[in-house]
Parts: sequence; structure tokens; C-alpha cells
Amino acid sequence: MNWLLILLPAVPLLGAAGTVAVSGRTASRYGVAVSAAVLAIAVAVAAVFDYGQAGRMQLQTDLPWIPGLGLRFHLGIDGISLPLVVLTALLTFLCFLHLAGHPPEAGRTRALVFTLLVLEVGMIGTFLALDLLVFFVFFEVVLIPMYFVIAIWGGRDRRAAAVKFILYTLLGSAVLLLGLLVVWAQAGTLDMVDLAASHGSGIARSAQIVAFLAIGIGLAVKTPIWPLHTWLPDAHTEAPTVGSVLLAGVLLKMGSYGFARIAVPVLPEGAEALAPWLGALAVIGIIYGSLACLAQRDLKRMIAYSSVGHMGFVLLGFATLTPVGMNAALFGNIAHGLITGLLFFVVGGIKERYGTADLMKLGGGMLRRLPYVASLLTFACVASLGLPGLAGFWGEMLALLGAFQPAPGLSRPLFLVFMAVGGVGTVLTAAYFLVMLSRVTHGRARETVPVGPALASAEEIRVVLGPDEPIEPVATGTAVAEAGPPRAIPMRDVTAHELAAWLPLVALTIAFGVWPKALLALTTPAVHAIFGIGGGTG
Amino acid sequence: MITVVALIVLLPFAGAVAGLLGSRWPRGGSRTEESNRVANRRAAWSAIVPASASLALTAWLAVWSAGALPRGSVSWSGGEFWSGLFPGATEGTLTLVETGSVPISFTLRADGLSVLLGMLVAVVALAVQVYSVGYMRDDPRYPSYSAFISLFTSAMSLVVFAGDLIVLYAGWEIMGLCSYLLIGHWWEDRANSRAAVKAFLVTRLGDVGFLFGIFTLGVAAGSFRIGDVLRADIPTGTLVTATMLLLAGVAGKSAQAPLHTWLPDAMAGPTPISALIHAATMVAAGIFIVARLYPLFLGAQPTLDVLGVVAAVGMLGAALAALAQNDLKRVLAYSTISQLAYMAAALAAGSDQAAIFHLLTHGAFKALLFLCAGVVIHHVGSNRMSHMGGLRTALPFTFAAMTIGFAALMGLPPAGGFFSKDAVIAAIEHSHGPAQPFLYGSALLTVGVTGAYAARAWLRTFFGPSRVEPLPEPPPGTAHVFDGREAPKSMLWPVGVLAVPALLLGFAGLPDVDWGSAAVSLLVALLGAGGVYAFWRSAPRQDPARMLGPFRVVCERAFYVDELYRSLFARPVLRLARAVARADGQLVDGAVRGSGRLTIRLSGFVRLAQNGNTQLYVTGLLAGLLLITVAAVVLA
Repeated sequence: MNWLLILLPAVPLLGAAGTVAVSGRTASRYGVAVSAAVLAIAVAVAAVFDYGQAGRMQLQTDLPWIPGLGLRFHLGIDGISLPLVVLTALLTFLCFLHLAGHPPEAGRTRALVFTLLVLEVGMIGTFLALDLLVFFVFFEVVLIPMYFVIAIWGGRDRRAAAVKFILYTLLGSAVLLLGLLVVWAQAGTLDMVDLAASHGSGIARSAQIVAFLAIGIGLAVKTPIWPLHTWLPDAHTEAPTVGSVLLAGVLLKMGSYGFARIAVPVLPEGAEALAPWLGALAVIGIIYGSLACLAQRDLKRMIAYSSVGHMGFVLLGFATLTPVGMNAALFGNIAHGLITGLLFFVVGGIKERYGTADLMKLGGGMLRRLPYVASLLTFACVASLGLPGLAGFWGEMLALLGAFQPAPGLSRPLFLVFMAVGGVGTVLTAAYFLVMLSRVTHGRARETVPVGPALASAEEIRVVLGPDEPIEPVATGTAVAEAGPPRAIPMRDVTAHELAAWLPLVALTIAFGVWPKALLALTTPAVHAIFGIGGGTG
Repeated sequence: MITVVALIVLLPFAGAVAGLLGSRWPRGGSRTEESNRVANRRAAWSAIVPASASLALTAWLAVWSAGALPRGSVSWSGGEFWSGLFPGATEGTLTLVETGSVPISFTLRADGLSVLLGMLVAVVALAVQVYSVGYMRDDPRYPSYSAFISLFTSAMSLVVFAGDLIVLYAGWEIMGLCSYLLIGHWWEDRANSRAAVKAFLVTRLGDVGFLFGIFTLGVAAGSFRIGDVLRADIPTGTLVTATMLLLAGVAGKSAQAPLHTWLPDAMAGPTPISALIHAATMVAAGIFIVARLYPLFLGAQPTLDVLGVVAAVGMLGAALAALAQNDLKRVLAYSTISQLAYMAAALAAGSDQAAIFHLLTHGAFKALLFLCAGVVIHHVGSNRMSHMGGLRTALPFTFAAMTIGFAALMGLPPAGGFFSKDAVIAAIEHSHGPAQPFLYGSALLTVGVTGAYAARAWLRTFFGPSRVEPLPEPPPGTAHVFDGREAPKSMLWPVGVLAVPALLLGFAGLPDVDWGSAAVSLLVALLGAGGVYAFWRSAPRQDPARMLGPFRVVCERAFYVDELYRSLFARPVLRLARAVARADGQLVDGAVRGSGRLTIRLSGFVRLAQNGNTQLYVTGLLAGLLLITVAAVVLA
């Protein structure tokens, strides 16, 4: 019994209950405090974690839950889940920081704080659970708060997007549950540690294939895998900034984490049989996502499709069934969480200022109008297209390296084709990001009419422009539309709250890019344990 | 000693960070004239000091490598052409990163080849940084500009001193990013922005092949370390595959056919950038990497043959394109492609020494030419040669320096280009291979065309009637106009300093001159130049490019390769993208929405039974009861 791991989901749960006692005005500060406490605990877990034994489950808690069914409340952490837990705690904390400076337009801050804390319980629990049903419960807990985040605080078409999200993912969960039950029926245990240790012995090959298929489809909806991805663009486009960040940064990772924790280690024969299909869907997703991005007109939608492409690399890593591929997938998971989280933060900031994320309406010249926001957008895009020296590179590069030499049972020519297609995908990824940057940040600022927080008084404009630039008579809000040829209205560049929320992600993106060993040293022993390779040699 | 190497790489990086974050600190938002001036001054310091320190350290490294015995360093097989001059070598590993497959080692290594290239990079980078202070004096974005140059210098040094192929690849890609950022420096103009995107994407396409080549080598050798890869016993088939894949990256970075189209457009960047990145250093990285892994290429003859054909086609085509351009910088850009093809030809002919020799002299004289062109453009306010003419009286210093540069480009003695180009042509002449006659013919022909286009540019710029029209306000994307006669001292000093190696570097190759082939190529070059002179003399106001006749437009458009690629790749990809976006909305998502509608319709059927009519319910109940009874009777 280890208190630290119990505290991780318990603190946000108690914090959520505690929102009853706080007023609406202090709610966001309360949220910051609770999520900071969770982050502190996550850091403490990382501190007491034994890095020499990263392949072994640590800090375990194993309590009987429903003895009649053999269900146990089993939590633990190893090199695979530790980075994800810390990432979750960090992103949630940053979301609250952002929220403190940028309260939701729809109001009801207290309710949003409550919802996000419940969401955090589910996310952290998913990554800690070591019992299949406990995993499933936490997996499901996440859906409801996310539904409300989209449905209440979302954009114009939020209802439809939220309904699509919940129905689609619930359907996926149903199939996932079926797969988990097949595993239970065959192996007779729900304990993930035991299941992983037996490397699939005790489960017939046909049952493994069926179970892998069912679990795979369930996880595929969440990850998402092409062609089960269409809930994602809608949900992302409509979700508020914090919702998009957590959706892309953490929720998608729950799907790929399921592959790393359950599907591949527990069902090795099923994985081997279906890996070529998984790989094919992965590279289709890469190309398809990139092409879809190239034609998008909405910034948030484009980033959403880019997630399809990036998760394609993660899945390609899994499909190779090699240690390097698994490492690639786990690295790509974290990198995508950091970078796409940052991208959604920045794009959310842009939408807040311009009042739209439509590329046509945004016009160009953002580097002139909002130099800092545009520079951060450039950084995030460059990181996302996989520039070496930044975190995004290692996941992609190692996935391709894994595909160069897949596991012995797999067809090498096929995976070489996957590798080549993935390579073309990296060029297309660079293409859509650079074309978007060229459209939005370069060129001259075309006069758009922002409906966002335009500056009202001459003093505010003075602050933005600096003392030496002449002040034109500026109309605000709707008045601009009728006041002759509209002028570019000065907007506030990056705020302190935004910087506080964004810079940690920038710093970590650079840190993992320069020093990939920080993550790889953690995941490699765990990956070797999955494939039953002893020691540190591969 | 490895600490010195690390410092050479890290100092410019630190300068970049300082320039980017510190220039406007702490009043970041202010854009007044005063704060711009302070920011530019700080940025200039944080750019020039690390560049100077880096140059000093590189010089120290060179002295150490030339004089010291290789104490405590890895042993070398020897036999490389640089081992006589720089025998000292060193290697240091920071850490080994386990990936689950072939490990990546963060290794730096310095040997003769890296020292030679490192000197070139450090000298040109410092010259360009000093020059830029004057050239970009009133540019409010000078801080980011100089920081990106520092970042580029750091990345290029990383490529030069990398001891591991993945580390090299990291530097290689970061250079590409800096190139993108700097080409797009004047991003208000859409054309510059497009040129930047094109440069990044075309080189990235080649880099995909490059990365796969690295995979092939690394997996075959069991290590990504360059030393291990060179020592490993790799079967010939694998070697050919790997080197062919590497060649894709080489063609992309060094702007060789068929991936050369980005370089002329890259001239949209500020001229000092063209001098540093797009003439002297980054584009030479492709040649460098072949020389670095030359033992592997020697083991893969088919790759060298392909390289030879690519070089032969590229050198002549680019030279012809240069002959018809009106933009002075584009002339120099095409000439860069052509000269890089010479280096590639030397490699294909089996002489890495000649290739690296030409790389060094070319780096010096092409950087000189670009910096001089910058002075001219600064003075005239336009890139077009049709706006220039008669400038030798207004810009005497620049005229002298640029004459040295053009002489080196044409290969006239005693300038550096004469010796290095002779080394290349002699190497081609004495090589054997299926592509040799083709390559040799193309090389000689190109010498003549080079003489022609260099003479044309020289005459059109500095001689004839003055066509300079004072422009009150230059269009965006060109440097502003000076009223003075010559550029400021901070711009002339780097020009003067670079003129020295451009003139004298060649004498290092004096003992190896093949006088016979040198005489032939000198004659051909003079023939080309003389032809242009004759045409120009008959009508000094007109462009001597008219000697090409109807072929002129074809050359000016560089044989329509750009148009071909646009209709072959760019447009189909965009069409495909739109099709995918449409299909995603209608087909994939349509299926999802369709399943939703189907469910609702099905539920409509079920609802028919639940209409609230009691009679119907009772009828159903009785019918069920009847069925059960019958079933019980029949089955019992």
C-alpha cells in the first residue's frame, strides 16, 4: 500500500468535491492550487521512483475491491506510465494557470474547475491502473467531464460535436470492454502485471487475435486511428482552449497507452498477426492526416488533423513490435502531448484575439501585429514538424528506424514500404505547417475586423503601440464594420498568464529534444520487460 | 582538446540565445527608434563576440592539429589527403543513448577535414556578421537576423565536427531551418515567404532519403558513429543502397539536379545570407558529407557514376542559366550550383582532395562575390543588372575586390579558382569510368560558359554607360539606398579580408598543378569571355546574353524545371489534399453520420409498435401466448 499513488487521483477528487465550498470568483485560483498540489505529488513520485528499476512496477497498491469477482484495486507505476502521469499533472496545472488569466466566455468558472478536476482523476487513474477493469473504469470516467467541457464551454456547434464525441467514444469503449472480457475469460485474471509477465501464454492464438482486434478497435477510436478519427476534428474545433489542450495532450495518449500496456504485452500473438494491418492504418493516417491538413481552412481543425498524422507515427512504432518502435511510440506520445498542447494553447490565444480561427479571415502579417504570439506559433509548428533538437524529432525518427528493421515475424519489405511512406509523410507535415505559417504570420496584415477584445481607450492603444507611433482614431467592435475601410486594430500581445502556461512546454520541448536520454533511459528497461528481454541489451 | 571543439559549436549557439532573448530585454514590446538602436547594438555584440571567439578557437585547433602528435587520440588509418597537413585528431563522447536498436552516441570529432571546413565556416561567418552590422543597420529585425546567423554557424559547426551520423543529421536539419528563417527575413513580401518554404521543403525531401541512408549504414554497421561506420565491413549491395540514399540528401542540400530549384529562389534573402549560407557553407555541406564518408562511396562505384552524370548535367545547365539571368544575385546563385557540380564531379572522379580544395577556394571567392554584390545592390537599390553599369568609378574598392572574385570564378591565374579548378579538371581527365568522357566534355564546356557569364556580369555591372537611377524609396526586400559613394567601413573590411584568401588560397595547390590541362581550360575560359566581350563591345548598352538567340528565354527560365515540378508535384498534391478533405467530410464522416441517421430510422420502426393502442398490445399478447402454447404442444 503506497499513499503517494493513492493521493494522485484522490487529491483532485477531493478537490472537485471541495469546489462546493469556494465562490465563483476564487474558483480558478482554487483550481490552480489543487492542480499544483497534484503536480507536486507527481513530482514527488518521480523523485522517489527507482530509476535503476524502471522496468519494474513500483509503489504498488493492491487492495481487494470486489472479492467475488476477483477484482482488485491495483495501482502502480513504471517507466512507461511515469512520464505520462507527470505530463498529465503538468498539463492540467498549466490549463488552470491559463484559466486564471482567461476565464471562459460562457462563464460558470466554478463548474469548469469542478469538471476539469474530475477529468484529471480519470486521466491519472487510467495511467496508474494495473487491473483491467479498474483501467476501464477510469477510461470511462474521463468521457463525461470532457463531454460537458465541450457541450457547455465550446464554440458555436458545440452540442453536435459533444454528442458525436461521447457516442463515438462510448461505442469504442463497448468494444474495448468486450476485448477485455475475452482476455479475462481466457486467462482467468484481470491483473495486468500477471498478464504481462506471462507474455500471452494461456490464451489461445485465435482468442488473442479476437481480443487484440476488439481492444484495438476500442483504443483506435480514442487514439484515433484512421478511419475512426472523424469525431476528433469536430471536438477540437468546438472545444474551449483548455479542453483542446487536454484532449490532444492527454486523452489521445490514453488510447496509445492502452496499446503499450495491454494490447501488445498481453496479446503478443494477436499483435503479431495484426501488426501489418496496424502499420498500414498508421501510415494511411500519416498521409491522410497531412493531406487533410493541407486543405484545411480552420486553424484548430488543422491542428486536430495533424494529431491524426502524429499519432500515426506512434502507431507505426507499436506496429513494428520492436523495442525501438515501442520507445518511439512512448517518446512520440510525450512529445506530441507537449507540442500539440502548446499548439492548441497558442491557437486558442489567436482565436481569442481575432475572434476567429479561419485562415482566410485571419489574413497575414501576424509577426507584425503580434510578434510574440506569432514567434511562439512558429516555434510550436517547427517543433511539431519534427526538427531535430526538439522533442518531436525523436519519436518520428525512431519509429522510422523501427520500421526499417521490424520484429522477426513481420514482413520486412512491407515495413520498408511503410517507412518510405512515413518519410513522405514527414515532408507533407513540413509542407502544411510551413504553408500555414506563411499564410498567417508572413505577408502584410490584412485589415480584419476582430470581434475579440479590441482595445477601447487611447491609453490602452498607447501601451501597445509605444509612445512614438501616431494614434489613429480607432473605432471598436461593431463600429469598425461601418466606419469606412477597416484598419488593423492593435491587439494585446502575449499576456503573463499565457506565458506562464506556455513557457514550461517550450522549455520541455527543447529539453527532451536536446537530451532524449532523459526519456529513453526511462522507457527502454520497461520496453525490454514487455518483450521479455533481460538486462539492458537489445 | 575536445572541449575546444565543443566550445566552437556551443559559443555561437549561446550567442544566438543571448541575441534572441537579451536584445530587447526587459522592454520587449517597445519598438521606438531609440530602443531599436539599443537592441541592434546589443544583438551585434552578442553575434560578433562569439563568432570571433569561435574563430580564434578554430585557429587554435588547427595549430594543434597541424603541429601536435595525435597524443591520446584515436588512431587513424592515415592515407587521407589531409593527414599530411593536419595529422592531429581527437574524438570525445558525451553520452550513449540507448534506443532499443542501434544506439546514438553524442560524439564530436575533429580531424584534418573538419579543421579545414571549420576554418572556412568560422572565417566566412565572422565576415558576414561584421558586414551585416552595416548592411542591416536600420532593420528593426536585425536582432533575430543576427541570432539566426549565429544559430546557423553553430549548426554548421555541428555538422563539421559531428562524430555520429544522427548528430550530424541534427545539425544538417537545423541549418535548413535557419536557411528557411533567413530567406524569409523580409516576410512582408509573399514571394520571399514562398521562396523560404520552397527551400525548406525541397531540401527536406532530399533529407528523407538521407535519413534512410543513415539508417542503412547504422544498422549494417551496428553503430551510428562515423568511425565505426567507416571501419565496418559492409557488403557492396548495402553500400550502394546506402550511398544512393545519402545522395538524395546531398543533392538537396548542395542544390544539385534534380533538387536544385530552391537555390535561385533563395536569393530572396538578404545578400549576406546568400554569401554565408547559400554560397560558402551550407550548400557545401553536401560535398563535405561525401568527403567525410568517402571510403564508403569508393566502395560503391554505381553511386559515383550517378553522381558524375548528375554533376555533368548540373554544371552545364546551371552555367547556361547563369548566362541569361538579369538579376545579379541569380547569376551568382546559378554559378554556385555549377561550381558545386564541379566539386561533385571531382568526387565522382575519385579525388576528394580536389573537391575539398575547390570547396575551400569557392567558399572564399563566392562569399567575396556575394558581399561585393551586396555593396553594389546597396548602392543601386536594385538587384537587376539592367539597372547597373559604369559603377567602377563610383565603387573603386568594390570593383577591385569583385574583379578578383570574378577572376577566381573564371579560373584565371593567379586567383584561387585557377588552381582548384585545374585540380578538379585534371582529376576528371585522369579518371576511368563509364561517365568519364561525358563528364570531361561537360566540364570543359562549362569552363567556357563560366568565362562568358562571369565576363558578362562584370561588364554589365562595372562598365558601359551608367544606368543608375536614384530611387527615392526602394521596394521592400531590397536594402536601402546610400547617398555616399562607397559602403560603410564595416562592410568594406570583410570584403577586403575575404579578397586575400580568394586571391592567395590557391597557391597551396601550386606543387600539384597539371600545366597541360590548366592551359587548355584557361584557353577555353578566355574564349568564352572573349566572345562575350566582342558582343558587348559592339553594343555596350545591350545585354550580351542576346548571343544565345532564341535559346535565351529557355536559359533564363532555367529549362522550365520549376514549371515542370509545379505541374508534376505541387499542383497534384494540392488537388489530392482538397480531395482528401472533401472525402473526409462526405465519405468517412458521412458514414458516421449515416450510421447515426440509420439508428434513428430503425428506432422509428420499433416505435411503430409502441403507439399506445391497447388493442394492439392485447393482440400481441394473445398471439405470443398462442405461439408458446403451440410450441409447447408440438415440441413436447
